[in-house]
Amino acid sequence: MTTTVSISVTVNGVAQSAEVEPRLLLADFLRENLDLTGTHVGCEHGICGACTVLMDGDSVRSCLTLAVQADGASVETVESLGDIEALGPLQEAFREHHALQCGFCTPGMLMTATDILRKYDLATDDDIRDGLSGNICRCTGYQNIVAAVRSAADKRDAT
Amino acid sequence: MRPPDDISLTRPQYVGAKVVRREDPRLLTGAGNYVADIKRHGMVHIAFRRSDHAHATIRSVDVAAARALPGVVSVYTGKDMAALANPYQATSRMKNYQATFIPPLAHEKVRYVGEAVVAVVAESRYVAEDALAHIEIDFAPLPVLVDPEESLKPGSPKLHDDLESNILAAREFARGEVEDAFANAAVTTGGRFHFTRTTPVTIEARASVAEYDKGARSLTLHCTTQIPGIVRDKLSEIFDLPGPRIRVIAPDVGGGFGGKTSLYSEEIVACAAARDLGRPVKWVSDRMEDLMTTGNAFDEIVDAEIAIAEDGAILGVKADVIGDVGAYSIYPWTATIEPVQVVSFLPGPYRIENYSARVRAVATNKTLTGAYRGVGRPISVFVMDRLLDMAARKIGMDPVEIRRRNLVNDDEFPYKAASGLVWDKSAFQACLAEAADGIGYDALRRDQEKARAEGRWVGIGVASYAELTGVGSRIAVAPGMPINTGTETCNVAIDSTGAVTASFGIASQGQGMETTLAQVVAEELGVKVDDVDIVLGDTASVSHGTGTYASRGAVFGGGAGILAAKAVHEKIVRVAGHLLEAAEEDIETGDGNVRVKGTDKSMTIRDLARALYSDMGRVPKEMRDEIDNLEATKVYDPFFGTTTSASHMCLIEIDPETYKVEIKRYIVVEDCGRVINPLIADGQAHGGVAQGIGVALMEEVIHDDTGQVLTASLVDYVVPSAVEIPSIDVVHVEAELPNTVGGFRGLGEGGTIGAPACIANAISDALSPLGIEIMEIPATPERLFRLIEAARAG
Repeated sequence: MTTTVSISVTVNGVAQSAEVEPRLLLADFLRENLDLTGTHVGCEHGICGACTVLMDGDSVRSCLTLAVQADGASVETVESLGDIEALGPLQEAFREHHALQCGFCTPGMLMTATDILRKYDLATDDDIRDGLSGNICRCTGYQNIVAAVRSAADKRDAT
Repeated sequence: MRPPDDISLTRPQYVGAKVVRREDPRLLTGAGNYVADIKRHGMVHIAFRRSDHAHATIRSVDVAAARALPGVVSVYTGKDMAALANPYQATSRMKNYQATFIPPLAHEKVRYVGEAVVAVVAESRYVAEDALAHIEIDFAPLPVLVDPEESLKPGSPKLHDDLESNILAAREFARGEVEDAFANAAVTTGGRFHFTRTTPVTIEARASVAEYDKGARSLTLHCTTQIPGIVRDKLSEIFDLPGPRIRVIAPDVGGGFGGKTSLYSEEIVACAAARDLGRPVKWVSDRMEDLMTTGNAFDEIVDAEIAIAEDGAILGVKADVIGDVGAYSIYPWTATIEPVQVVSFLPGPYRIENYSARVRAVATNKTLTGAYRGVGRPISVFVMDRLLDMAARKIGMDPVEIRRRNLVNDDEFPYKAASGLVWDKSAFQACLAEAADGIGYDALRRDQEKARAEGRWVGIGVASYAELTGVGSRIAVAPGMPINTGTETCNVAIDSTGAVTASFGIASQGQGMETTLAQVVAEELGVKVDDVDIVLGDTASVSHGTGTYASRGAVFGGGAGILAAKAVHEKIVRVAGHLLEAAEEDIETGDGNVRVKGTDKSMTIRDLARALYSDMGRVPKEMRDEIDNLEATKVYDPFFGTTTSASHMCLIEIDPETYKVEIKRYIVVEDCGRVINPLIADGQAHGGVAQGIGVALMEEVIHDDTGQVLTASLVDYVVPSAVEIPSIDVVHVEAELPNTVGGFRGLGEGGTIGAPACIANAISDALSPLGIEIMEIPATPERLFRLIEAARAG
């Protein structure tokens, strides 16, 4: 009934090829086809940011991106940031500052934070808040997330 | 056997320490296990066709075309579902209460937009959603009731034909001589307050995975619930299955805030379909469904007045509350949960001898309301603390001073509030004083003078509240309802490998309870915190438990955990006394070891477990018969519960061009008893205040006259982002500990209870030169613009 399309995507450094329906969301491709369930779907209309991943180095909403749009691209998800036994520096900063409670928004928050830490000075906390304003967290009131990103930015600048 | 010098007996103070959370590594790496992550062999997916009418008769439902679509496994209508699941309702012995049946899928009638009518089960969610478009439903529209004041009128069309009226509950409270108080007052003031409807918006929407094992005839439901025990018990009746053959598991749950404290139709439908089909069935809510169907919050109109004496003393308060509770009385809490709490808590932490209040919970053609962080109390504080400020303005008294004069003093506890609630003891006055001190109140007032002189709208807000937390069996959270919310269970077990597991009936939705409960149990038992495994949210683990709601996790979980750990500790001491040939009073534990005080005689608890369970001969049979095992189950009933109190203060400024309110400073000073983990306690206050800010300034569920939900996306229902929430200072006062086991008070809801009133008072303060009082929230830029325009027009 539905025609499929061949795609090749590099996900967290691993080349993946698949036959997908054109309507398949990138979020569903990651979660269902590749079993990378760290990427969470919170609203399916691009507001909450929980599904944020990096595509060719830019943060995108994987709920508003089709898997076919990622053909030929390199995608990074939360699974690329560290391992449960060896957290990455941003993940460590989140843990140390209690920057997560329920953890559902966290993967998207981490990916957006990764993006802004790579691209911007983040000289002030207001800059961090601006950078995170597309990701909704309902638990923390953002304060400790801002502190965690501040700490990661300071460490970045110190090296 | 380890050499003695390896034996450590340090006893770290885990309770009170900033222990980083054990939940974090998995949640930070995408290795958590949320319901939507669950996959099973042969799993099928549900999509719901929902009502687009607020009130209509269902003339016919044609599902033939949907059923014929390739990939569709089954289609269920309301009639089909009625044959698979017994009917249920939220009953209560409360006087003047009418229960409603809640059909898992509507049949005969729909009563709100978003109500589930047909369930399609298909091989993929994509196909299930495709099939929805092929369902034909013939609706005959009925008159739509969106205004509770219309709905409660005697001649109004009834939502439920079998009920006497749309008033699902009514109650009155009275103490003292209210009319005399008003007649003798120096000043009276008041008016109509409106606290609009909001919705919880957990970032993880609701989800269920149901599995039926035909061989064992048992049902397992993984779902995003705060109340696994309550869900299990009701499913047992709905499906005529004994408790042990229904297991409800709440795995990692992405926020609750009360929205996940009710039994939902989708959970029942998923179970029914799994049993009917013999295949695992998954349902994951999309955001539009969540915004239309998850238990809404608040929605009250309150006509209230206050009478005060010249010196600012409160002489009396009157209130008449109409709660718009939506189409059905929600299970298990009933339609009373929200509006009745408004009148119970309205007198707040203040000395009020004369009080009269009436409350009516009225059904309308809207989504059900249920529990949301604070339940009723955000409104009672909004009304009471607004009344106080309005009165203070009339007599020219400072808002902090009028509170200081009316807050119950330390020497007046226990204090019976005007609605009958008893405040055991809490630092009402100290919280207010420290908040004023912490924010630099006097200096802010001086700065405000200057700002006002420059024509700026700068305001300072204050609000004080008290709440009952860890509410025990004496006055359960669920009065008159056939569930017990007044106790909680913990089992602590050291098994034959020497490992410690503590299992609870409560569940965690982000509160970090795997960490805090491990801290409590480890300290009591004398083992390392990392060596205590915590089991939460699984009905197979304890025989009775309800869940996590109403700021009860720390009080109940902590209390039950301490009781069970103490009982196991006693067993350890008995066995150790024998093995180490010492008197029991000389045995001490720490770091997972036992030692005879003042000697180098010691052993590990692991070795002690091996001696008891496996190395027959080391412990005599008589002792083994007596001790059985290193395990204990304890039930904790705090009976009354305990009072948590706080004062919030803030500084705001209103932008004269956009009318946006900027919160520049915010402080919370709270008395939440003994703090288990300051990181987590502060985080609860931050998050609670952030939600309160949303309620005060942004969030509102809006229905049009036909009952359509105009806020069914996060573009239209706006929750705060990082740029709207300020940094919040949180201070814990060191006051006398309450009488609960462990000295814990609940703290989960407080932030949301205090913030709306505090911000509304600050805005009213900013606009006082214009004579504006905030009577309705959220105080959106549009509402402020209209108020200011009207005030300027005179």
